[in-house]
Amino acid sequence: MALGKEDIAKRIAKEVKDGYFVNLGIGIPTLVANYVRDDISVEFQSENGVLGMGPFPFEGEEDADVINAGKQTITTLPGASFFDSATSFGMIRGQHVDLTILGAMEVAENGDIANWKIPGKMVKGMGGAMDLVASAENIIVAMMHVNKAGESKLLKRCSLPLTGVGCVKKVVTELAVMEIVPEGFKLLERAPGVTVEDIKNATEGNLIIEGEIPEMVIE
Amino acid sequence: MINKKVQNVEEALQGVANGMTIMLGGFGLCGIPENSIAELVRKGTKGLTCISNNAGVDDFGLGLLLQKRQIDKMISSYVGENAEFERQMLSGELEVELTPQGTLAEKCRAAQAGIPAFFTPAGYGTEIAEGKEAREFNGKMHIMEEAYKADFAIVKAWKGDEAGNLIFKGTAKNFNAVMAGAATITVAEVEELVPAGTLDPNHIHVPGIFVKRIFQGEHYEKRIEQRTVRKR
Repeated sequence: MALGKEDIAKRIAKEVKDGYFVNLGIGIPTLVANYVRDDISVEFQSENGVLGMGPFPFEGEEDADVINAGKQTITTLPGASFFDSATSFGMIRGQHVDLTILGAMEVAENGDIANWKIPGKMVKGMGGAMDLVASAENIIVAMMHVNKAGESKLLKRCSLPLTGVGCVKKVVTELAVMEIVPEGFKLLERAPGVTVEDIKNATEGNLIIEGEIPEMVIE
Repeated sequence: MINKKVQNVEEALQGVANGMTIMLGGFGLCGIPENSIAELVRKGTKGLTCISNNAGVDDFGLGLLLQKRQIDKMISSYVGENAEFERQMLSGELEVELTPQGTLAEKCRAAQAGIPAFFTPAGYGTEIAEGKEAREFNGKMHIMEEAYKADFAIVKAWKGDEAGNLIFKGTAKNFNAVMAGAATITVAEVEELVPAGTLDPNHIHVPGIFVKRIFQGEHYEKRIEQRTVRKR
């Protein structure tokens, strides 16, 4: 069984370690915050200028001046701070943020990522993604393994305009967890009930399979 | 005390002319200079180049200027929330320069601080890097980005005083704090304008030297783009 979006978020949440400052992108990455263990200390940064982001506000307590990078109303937790955009990207560029989790349209076996533009069709812009992927030391991508037509999004080379080069460290999809190594996508775990063969068929880029591949544990 | 106070938005935007480059603060609809945007619509100034992280939504923020075709060129990092923007861009009516958000912020800050250019890794190896000088520092490739040059910077703050000192609230600090002082003339509109001496100097986010004109906005709608709540 391929994972749903919530399960992808649950699996990625296990990568969030005690003491981490984490930047979450829009979409599945935002859901990760809901599944981080509550016995560890983690602070979420949003690049529009907040550190120590909390859950959505209770109805009636929304504040137009307190939002995240997805323009959603949020709250802050004790120890939070607000800052301007240059300071925010200073944290990112200066590698003070430990982990970046973002979505992608395509990832290549060399760690390239494309997620901001489909020429002639969709141009929404890169927002903070180019700054994040160029500077973060640890980048995990949450994405779907194949597109709606069933074509692989894990490629030998990206076909869309790049967001960053050689930067992705790990990819979590509805089918698998993979680490990017010099030779390509190294398969670490498969989704419950998904076979190595299924993952191979869904991956255009070089998939490295070594030994027994364990099933993901999703609680 | 050098008094920066002007009576109203008309006086604040005196000198804004066709073809100028204007920086506007805000992230999405958070912290946008609503009163000044309304005045630009009323004035009908045309041929503008606007530097702003986003382009508003169809019927609010910079979307209002787009509707009236007052903007020739937008410099932004993300424009996904505006259908009219996308239409004008794909049809070629509107020139768009997409810039990584951190680079956009730093190009403002550099202009504010008198730094003509800087190197950043953001965009290296992508189409953003085309035609830009690339250089290696500490084993990593960077591209050179230049400071913006703008005629006006229009920012919005929560509180301000007659000396032009500004205090922001929440995430509305965003680009407002880095655009102040980054253009020839900086205009600040505030929700509450108080006499000099009222604000604690320890709490000032932007010192008044960066602000040329300040006024209290008549009305703030402070629209929320994505109202997200949880159950009690």
